[in-house]
Amino acid sequence: MILTWLIALLFVGGLLAWFSERIDPAWPRWVALAVLTLELLMMLSLLGAAPEDGWLAAYNHAWLPRFGIALHFAADGFALLLLLLTAFLGIVAVGSAWSEINYRSGFFYFNLLWTLAGVVGVFTALDLFLFFFFWEVMLIPMYFIIAIWGHENKFYAAKKFFIFTQVSGLIMLVSIVVLAWFHYLQFGFFSFAYQDLLNVGMNRSMEMWVMLGFFIGFATKLPSVPFHNWLPDAHSQAPSAGSIILAGVLLKTGAYGLVRFAVPLFPTAAAEFAPVAMTLAAVSILYCAKVAFAQADFKRLIAYTSVSHMGFVTLGVYAWNELALQGAVMTMLAHGLSSAALFMLAGALQHRIHTRNMLEMGGFWGRVPRMSAVALFFSIAALGMPGLGNFVGEFLALLGAFQANQVLTIVSAFGLIFASVYSLWVIQKVFHGKYSDKAFDGSHLLDLDNREMVYYAAMMAGLVWMGVYPQSFLDLSAPALQSLLEGQAGNVVIGALRP
Amino acid sequence: MTPLEYAGYTMSAGDLIPLLPLLAVTASSIWVMMAIGVKRNYPFILGSTVGGLLIAGLLAMNLLPGPAPDSMPLLTMDPYAQFFTVLICALAIGVSLVGHNYWAEFDDQREEFLLLLLLATLGAVVLAGANHFASLLLGLETLSMSLYGMLAYPVQSERAPNGHALESAVKYLILSAVSTAMILFGVALVYAETGSLSFAGLEGLPAGPGIGISVVALLLISAGVAFKLSLFPFHIWTPDVYQGAPAPATAYLATIGKIAVFIVLLRVVVETRTLGIAPVAVVFSLLALLSIVAGNLLALLQDNLKRILAYSSIAHMGYLLIAIIAAFYAEGPISVEAVSFYLFAYVIMTLGAFGVVSLLSSDAQERDSISDYQGMFWRRPWLAAAFTGMLLSLAGIPLTAGFIGKFYLVLAGVESGLWLLLAALVVGSGIGLYYYLRIVYRMLLPEPADAPELREGNAAFSVVLVLFMLLVLFGVYPASLMNLIQAIAL
Repeated sequence: MILTWLIALLFVGGLLAWFSERIDPAWPRWVALAVLTLELLMMLSLLGAAPEDGWLAAYNHAWLPRFGIALHFAADGFALLLLLLTAFLGIVAVGSAWSEINYRSGFFYFNLLWTLAGVVGVFTALDLFLFFFFWEVMLIPMYFIIAIWGHENKFYAAKKFFIFTQVSGLIMLVSIVVLAWFHYLQFGFFSFAYQDLLNVGMNRSMEMWVMLGFFIGFATKLPSVPFHNWLPDAHSQAPSAGSIILAGVLLKTGAYGLVRFAVPLFPTAAAEFAPVAMTLAAVSILYCAKVAFAQADFKRLIAYTSVSHMGFVTLGVYAWNELALQGAVMTMLAHGLSSAALFMLAGALQHRIHTRNMLEMGGFWGRVPRMSAVALFFSIAALGMPGLGNFVGEFLALLGAFQANQVLTIVSAFGLIFASVYSLWVIQKVFHGKYSDKAFDGSHLLDLDNREMVYYAAMMAGLVWMGVYPQSFLDLSAPALQSLLEGQAGNVVIGALRP
Repeated sequence: MTPLEYAGYTMSAGDLIPLLPLLAVTASSIWVMMAIGVKRNYPFILGSTVGGLLIAGLLAMNLLPGPAPDSMPLLTMDPYAQFFTVLICALAIGVSLVGHNYWAEFDDQREEFLLLLLLATLGAVVLAGANHFASLLLGLETLSMSLYGMLAYPVQSERAPNGHALESAVKYLILSAVSTAMILFGVALVYAETGSLSFAGLEGLPAGPGIGISVVALLLISAGVAFKLSLFPFHIWTPDVYQGAPAPATAYLATIGKIAVFIVLLRVVVETRTLGIAPVAVVFSLLALLSIVAGNLLALLQDNLKRILAYSSIAHMGYLLIAIIAAFYAEGPISVEAVSFYLFAYVIMTLGAFGVVSLLSSDAQERDSISDYQGMFWRRPWLAAAFTGMLLSLAGIPLTAGFIGKFYLVLAGVESGLWLLLAALVVGSGIGLYYYLRIVYRMLLPEPADAPELREGNAAFSVVLVLFMLLVLFGVYPASLMNLIQAIAL
C-alpha cells in the first residue's frame, strides 16, 4: 500500500506545487522539497520491512480485468535502492533549481514531481502494462522541462528525446502485447502480470524478436550505442535539474528494465543475444569515452561519459551472474550520484558565466576554490578511484563479466583509462591554467554557497559510503538479484551466459 | 427491392421501440424546421436541437443493454447500433454547442445550421443501424447532403472575406457524388450477381469461378468508402475541405462524418466475410499502409492547424483500418472492440481539438494558423492544457484514451500477425509526434507582443473541458468502457 502512496503523493504534490504558485512564486519549491523529503522518509521506512515472497512491499488490485491487467506494485531490495536514489536525486534537483528556475516555477516543479512519479511507477510496477504506462508517463513532463526551461536549442533537443524514447517505447509495447498474446494462446486467458509472463514459452525466433523489442526500448533509455544519439542533445539543452533527473534517474530505468524484464522474461534469447549486447556495451564504453574527450561543451562531455559508464551496466547485466549484477547495480547508484553532481556543477557554472564552452574557461581554481575542489572530487569519482562508489561498481561488473566473456571484458577495461584521460582533462582545462574572462562575463563567477555545499556534501558522503562500505548496499540487493538469477517462477534456471 | 426478400416480414408495432432514437431525431428535425418557420429564435432552436438529441441519446442508452432485437430488412438496431447512436447524438450536441460560440456574431440566419446538423445526424444514425444497401445509401446521402449545406454555410455572409467555404463545399459535393456513384455501381454489380441488396447477400458473391465480378464490385464499393473516409490515395479533398469550411462544420465532418461510415464498414466486414475475396484484403492493407505513411508525412509540411488535423485524420483512419483487417483475419472479438474503442477515443480527441479551434474562431476569423496559438499556455492555461491533452491523445500517449485505443489496435494487430502494418503504426506514430509536439511547443513559447485577441466562449469551453475529462477518465480507468464495448461487440 505504501507504494501506491509514494506515487499518489508525487502526483498530488505536483498539482499542489503548480497551484501554490498563485499564492507565492516561492512556494512551489518548498512544496516540492517537502513532498520529496516525505517520499525519502517513506522509502527509508521500507528498509526494515520483512520480505514477503521476496517483496518488501506489494500492492495488487484489479485495474482492467478484461485483459488481466492489475495495479500491481511491488518493491524488492533492488527496486528500493533505486527508489532511494530517485527521491534523493529529486531533492538534489530541487536544490539545483532553487535559485535557477524563476520562470513559471509552479509548472516546473509540477513537471519535476510528475517525472519522478513516472520513475517511481517504473521501478515498482510488476504488471507489464502498468510498467509501460509509467514508462511513458515520465516522458511528457520531462519533455516540458527541456522544452520550456532548456537552453538555446531546446526544442530540437526536447523533440529528439521524446521521439527516440517514444518510438522505442512503442516497439516495446508491441513486444509486451505479443508476450501477453502468447500467454493467452498457452493458458487461455489474458494476463500482463510479470509472474505469469515468466512462464510463457515461445519458439526460438519469436522469443528473439520479442526480446529485441524489449532490448530496443531499454537500450534507448539506457542508452547504449547505437541508440544513444538523443542523449547528448537532451542533456546539454536541459536545465541542470532536468539533466540531474535524466542522468541520475531516467537512464537507470533502462538498466532496471534490462535486469528485471529483458533477461528474465527471455532467458534463452537473452543468452544467445548476450555476446551482441556485451559487444555493444564495450563499443559504448570506448567509443563514447573517445567522443567525450572531443567535446568542448561541458554538459555534452558529461553526457557522453554517461553513455560510456552505462556501458559497464549493460556489460554486467548480460554477464548475468551475481557479481556482475551487483556491479551493475552499484554502478547505477554511484553513477547516479556522480553524474548528477557533475551536471549540477556544470549547471552552476553556466548559471554564473552563461557558457558551457570549456575552451573559453580556465584557471577557475583561484576564483572559485570550493567549486573546483568539488569538481575534482566528482571527476575522480567518475574515473573510478578506489574508495569511491564508482570503483566498486565498475570493478565488480568487470570481475563478473570476465567469467562470461574474457575478450570483451579486457577491451572494456580500457574504458577506465579513457575515463581518467577525459576527467583529468576537464579539471586541467577548466580549473587549472591562467584565468581570463575575455570570452564571458566573469563578474558573477561566485563560489558555491553553503546551501549548495550541503547538496554536494551529501552526494560525496554517499559516494564515500558506497566506496568504503559497499556491503550495506550489496546486502540489500543480493536477495533480489539472486531470485532473479534463479528465475522467479522456478521453471527456468538461467545459468551464467557464456558465448 | 425484390418483394421475395421481404415476403416473410411484416412490421409490427413492437418494431418501433428499437427505432425510437431514430424517430426522436426525425421528430426533432421536423420540430426545428417548423419552429424556424414560426419564429426565428436562436436560443429556442438551439435548446430544441440539444433537447431532441438528448432525448434520442437517452432513448438509445436505455435500449442499449437489451438483447438484440429482430433484424428488420433495412435496419438492425442492435446494441452495437444503439451504442453508436448514443455516441453520435452526444457528438452532435457537442458540435451544436461549440458552434454556438462560433456563430455568435454571424450576420446571416444562424438557425438553419442546426437544422442541417440534425438532418446530418439522422443520416448518421441510419448508417449506425444499416444492414442493407438501400439504407446505407439513404443514410450516406442524408449525411452528405446536409454536410454540403453546413460546409458552405457562411457563403452569404459579408463578414467572411473569402469564398473558401463555398470552395470547400463544392469540392466535397463533387467528390462525394463521385464516390456515391462508385458505390452505386458496385452495389449494382453485387445485385446483378446475387439478386440481393442486403449486406448478408454479399456472402453470395462468387469466390471461385466468376471471382472477377466480385472483385470489381467490392473494389468499387471500397473506393467509394475510401473517399468518404479519406484514405490515401482518395484523400486529396480532405485538407482543402477541412481548411475552407467553418470550424464547427469541419468538426462535424471530422467526427460524425467519419465514424458513421466506419460503423457500417465494420459491420459489413464482420458480418459478411467480404475480405475473404483475396485481392480485397490486399487492397485494404495497402490503403491502411499508404494512409498511415502519407497522412503522417504530409502533415509534417503544414502550418495550418486544420490541415494538420486533416492529414492526421488520414493517418488515424489508416490505424483504424488495421483493426478492420484484423477483424477479418482473427476469430476473437478483440479487433471489433479495438475499432469501437478507438473510434470512441478518436471522436473525443478530434471534437476536442476542433472544439478549441471553433472556440477561438468566429465566422469572420478562423484561428487555424499555428502561430495564433503561440503562448496560449500562459494566456489560457486550462484551454491550452485541454488542447495539449487532445493532441497527446491523438499521439497515443498514456493517461489519455488515445493510448488505450492504440493499445487495442496493437493487440488486434498482434492477434492477426499483421507485422508490416504494426511497423507502419509504430513509424507513423513516431512521425506524428513531431507535428503534434510542434503545436504543443508553440503554445509553450512566450506569448508574442502583438498576440491576437483570443475569443472566449462558455458553451464551447465547457464542451472542451468535458471532453478533456472523458479523455483522462477513459485513459486512466477505461474498464467500464471496455466492458460496455465488449457487450455490444458484433
